[in-house]
Amino acid sequence: MRRPVAVRVVGPMQWIVYPALIAVAATIVLQTPVELFGLQLPEPVIPMVLAFAWPLIRPSVLAPLVLAALGLLLDVLTWGPLGLWGLTFLVIYSVVLISRSFLAGQDTAVLFVWYAACCALAFVLAYVVMAIVAGTPASLIAVFLQVLPTLLLFPFAHRLIERFEDGDVRFR
Amino acid sequence: MAFRDGPFENIKVPLVWTAAVTVVVAAVGCVLLLLSDARAQTSPYQPVRAGVETVVGPVGGVFAAPVRWFGHASDYVGGYFFAVSENRRLKRELAELQPWRDQAIALKNVNARYEAMLGIRSEPPVAMRTARSISDTRGPFSNARLIDVGAARGVKVGNPVINEHGLVGRVVGTSSNVSRILLLTDVASKTPVLVDRTDARALLAGDGSGNPRLEFVRGVGSIQAGDRILSSGDGGGFPRGVPIGVAARGIDGSWRVKLFSDRGAIDYVRVMLFEDFGQLIDADDLNAPPLAALDTLSDATPAQTAAITDSAARRAAARPSAPGGSE
Repeated sequence: MRRPVAVRVVGPMQWIVYPALIAVAATIVLQTPVELFGLQLPEPVIPMVLAFAWPLIRPSVLAPLVLAALGLLLDVLTWGPLGLWGLTFLVIYSVVLISRSFLAGQDTAVLFVWYAACCALAFVLAYVVMAIVAGTPASLIAVFLQVLPTLLLFPFAHRLIERFEDGDVRFR
Repeated sequence: MAFRDGPFENIKVPLVWTAAVTVVVAAVGCVLLLLSDARAQTSPYQPVRAGVETVVGPVGGVFAAPVRWFGHASDYVGGYFFAVSENRRLKRELAELQPWRDQAIALKNVNARYEAMLGIRSEPPVAMRTARSISDTRGPFSNARLIDVGAARGVKVGNPVINEHGLVGRVVGTSSNVSRILLLTDVASKTPVLVDRTDARALLAGDGSGNPRLEFVRGVGSIQAGDRILSSGDGGGFPRGVPIGVAARGIDGSWRVKLFSDRGAIDYVRVMLFEDFGQLIDADDLNAPPLAALDTLSDATPAQTAAITDSAARRAAARPSAPGGSE
């Protein structure tokens, strides 16, 4: 007699909605005005993790829409021009989606290199757009100080991919 | 005939394609938003921003409150530990400042007399609103804060914001109980300033770093390291003379400003309910004779009149005649 196997249901709520809500909450928490010994909280671009991980987990119609919404919310929360981060996340999503077949099953180090490249692309794009919109190019040191904590979020992206990549047998 | 029974029954679109189409549609939407939004009060999406900030502001306030309490507690404890050294430092500062206070009182008196003589209409005192910072954005592309006062307490877009050290920024968005401040360091911030020592004008432009750049500095040699930078009041956006910082050379060789407002945490700020002086008084008052003190002068005595006439005659006699005829 076959033993019953617990079926794990992995729907969009688990791999899209909950991570998106966590990203929003973390963004709001990190905007708390804390200053200790002259140092402030880091301000990484947290949804970058999702823009990198979601297309690797599986293609989806909902994910780009949620990414665009997250980008718009980030624009409002940071008082940036509306559409800046939405466009940036979608560009990263599409790049990873196109290269999905190369990236699936790769080693962690290779994924990190790709994540770093995606971060670099995202910040170059945001830098150019902001230079055009504001008429003043941002300080490269300030850009670096935001790129660094964003890169340090890679373990979360890796964990998300590991957790949900095999969640649906159709995408194995 | 149902769609399922038709000739398209067996057509299946790969999920990657549908995802790609969604990406393209969403990206086009984002580009259109970018083109139509100017981050200004004239932006059609300003009410949306105000609505989101109204909701997010109290949430940020909940997180900011324990931080503030912790800061107060550590200040309270630190006050006991450093009371003696603090007392000595304050006494030294007090001794240094007392002569300045006497000079300030004397200068204020002289200045008031000059103003009366010249009929200058000095700017009226500016009302202020004290606020707490409840959210903070520090990225390279945006440096802004949310504060917990809004239009309900008279805050308007454009109002300057200061802390105890100097100018912090200006209000760029308001809702009933929350306002958005654009800091001097934001890439979109442009502030007209002057160099206190030489009265030279410049434009303070933020670039996302901690020290905004000085652009369009007027005059050669009009600025040197250590010069105090104040708001110039040009354009009417800020009152003249609000302290901003000191000039310094950046590592890229450009003139930058070390902000006074960075000397302490920007947790409590004051919003200056400032409006351009020209907007505060009636047009009839502006059209009134400028030398109001003329009415208060007594008539000249015969001796004074004779002296003035004699002086004018001497000047006329001493003036060399212009070649080729009268002027």
